[in-house]
Amino acid sequence: MKILIVDDFSTMRRIIKNLLRDLGFNNTSEADDGNTALPMLQNGDFDFLVTDWNMPGMEGIDLLKAVRADEKLANLPVLLVTAEAKKEQIVEAAQAGVNGYVVKPFNAATLKEKIEKIFERIEASQ
Amino acid sequence: MAFSESILSEQCLVQARGLLSSIENGDENVAIGHLREISRINETKMFQEIGRLTRELHDTLVGFGIETDISDLAEHEIPDARERLSHVIDVTDQAAHKTLTAVEEAIPVCRELEESASKIELQWKRFISRDLSADEFRDLSREIGENFEISADRYTKIKGYLNDILMAQDFQDITGQIIRRVMELVQDVEDKLIGLIKISGSFDDDKKEKRKPVEKVLEGPQVPGKESATALKSQDEVDDLLSSLGF
Repeated sequence: MKILIVDDFSTMRRIIKNLLRDLGFNNTSEADDGNTALPMLQNGDFDFLVTDWNMPGMEGIDLLKAVRADEKLANLPVLLVTAEAKKEQIVEAAQAGVNGYVVKPFNAATLKEKIEKIFERIEASQ
Repeated sequence: MAFSESILSEQCLVQARGLLSSIENGDENVAIGHLREISRINETKMFQEIGRLTRELHDTLVGFGIETDISDLAEHEIPDARERLSHVIDVTDQAAHKTLTAVEEAIPVCRELEESASKIELQWKRFISRDLSADEFRDLSREIGENFEISADRYTKIKGYLNDILMAQDFQDITGQIIRRVMELVQDVEDKLIGLIKISGSFDDDKKEKRKPVEKVLEGPQVPGKESATALKSQDEVDDLLSSLGF
């Protein structure tokens, strides 16, 4: 399982990377905004995307929309991990086709639960 | 302005002619009346000029978006920034304490494991050099067994502490975002002050530099006591909303 972690704060990328490693996901890469992430996604065989929303350059929501609009990436599971907690934003992310939404600050159990739920659902639909 | 000035000048001229003829006729009271009228006309002109300048200043301030913005900055944005920064202090304080607590609790556990291992190692060396009595060997076997039992538990504990330390680092992201917002405000204040300086220096500086207000679509982390009306309070509320949307 190859995972891309996108966040403009390197500390947050490290936290997520460590938590994922704890969950048994060792193959992770990092990007600091949507503009760097998108070509990585297009050129690499990533199985999962974990992204922040508010980033300089391309925001997470626009990255999500770009992923859904890209024929090759359209079915990539995407988890938003963000401090944005307003109802409008969560609805917007849902409409854009997000697979999970975790609000910062979060804990390891929440991240684990959401990731497991995403993959359970994918397996169920296959 | 030119029109009213010409009327005023005409009025002055009439009064001046009247003043001249009253002086020539030796009519003192009438002359004083004409003098008073001339000074009244001048005063009216002066007040009108002050009024015009005031209006011009006001229009320019409004044109720069400064008058209302500055009072808004002073009344709301700066106290708001103060609260945000105070929240940054709280968050970093909590993170530091969380880290320190985890380290303080992990150290004795490490020490315990270290002591237990070195005690066993000592006896083990004696066993290798056939220095142990049968009773001492029984004790050593028991100790090794106990050590296996506790060490798995202690390593799990240490991993837990390390995980606490890891999670405490999320303050950097949260506070970074809050500080960035305050920095934007500082930039805004700086721009407004520069605008004021320009106005006091010259009225003619081009207005095209007028800054568009920053669109605040994303709010970043919610600050306690300053939450947006539509902000959800917990991950549970987010999950409920998502499940109501069919997730």
